[in-house]
Amino acid sequence: MTSVLNDALLANIGRQSEPVRELVTRREIRKYAIATGNRQRKYLDGDQAPPMFHVALFWDVVELDELSPDGVSIDRLLPKFPLEKAMAGGLHIEYHRPVRPGDWLTATRTLSNIYEKIGRSGPLIFYEVDMDIVDDDGNLVIREKTTRILR
Amino acid sequence: MQQKQVNQQRSVSVGEALPERQFTPDNVQLFLYNAVLFNAHRIHFDAPYAKEVEGYPGLVIAGPMLGDWLNQCVEEWLGDDGRLVSIDYSNRQASYIGETLTTGGKVLAFDPTSGEIELELFVRNEAGDVITPGTAVAVLNTAG
Repeated sequence: MTSVLNDALLANIGRQSEPVRELVTRREIRKYAIATGNRQRKYLDGDQAPPMFHVALFWDVVELDELSPDGVSIDRLLPKFPLEKAMAGGLHIEYHRPVRPGDWLTATRTLSNIYEKIGRSGPLIFYEVDMDIVDDDGNLVIREKTTRILR
Repeated sequence: MQQKQVNQQRSVSVGEALPERQFTPDNVQLFLYNAVLFNAHRIHFDAPYAKEVEGYPGLVIAGPMLGDWLNQCVEEWLGDDGRLVSIDYSNRQASYIGETLTTGGKVLAFDPTSGEIELELFVRNEAGDVITPGTAVAVLNTAG
């Protein structure tokens, strides 16, 4: 079996992004809760952030010339993979404590794994990105693992 | 040794269904969602691009918004009786503006000592396909 992964690609395992520190505001919580159709008052009023608010808080903010013509920003954490067609991925999210306006949160992303499997139509590359979100005291607030599949 | 008591007011039974909810997101909701994220991916707002360049039948509903709905499904069912500990989901199949999607789930396991609940979750399309399956762990509040 020939492998689509080589040592140079696998050497990227463990690579980390620069930490991103962001302030949670009532206004951003309210916008997120409204846009997602949330029906709980504490979220709509911005008193507390709904569970997946961190997706919006830590979405990549890049300048216009860093967006590709389809409007997507390039994820600089990832190496160039020999397979490029993205298939369904999965998310695992752990919630360790509630998020409220005024919280400063810091997210660090790690490319934690790259591996391959043989699918029905050929090789598949799997990669995993862990995002740890901590508060200013260093306490873990949210841990997220994304698994993506390329074919 | 004092044993932890879980919330006795709430009864949870294995197999119990979570209330279903229907979502029919329109262009306005999809725009607002991606605006909050700062997500400029054209497949969510540029219909000619989505169809002619990417070959989709319409504007694609954002995957993490479907994931969010699974969180809402758990939290609305749980109310103030407990908290969501973790969630897993996977966007298996795309969905498009104009579709009505249904969220729901059921209790897979319940441990009355620890108050831990395991849940199975879904986003289902009108054809009956589960487009976003998921699981979650929640825990009931401890008494006192």
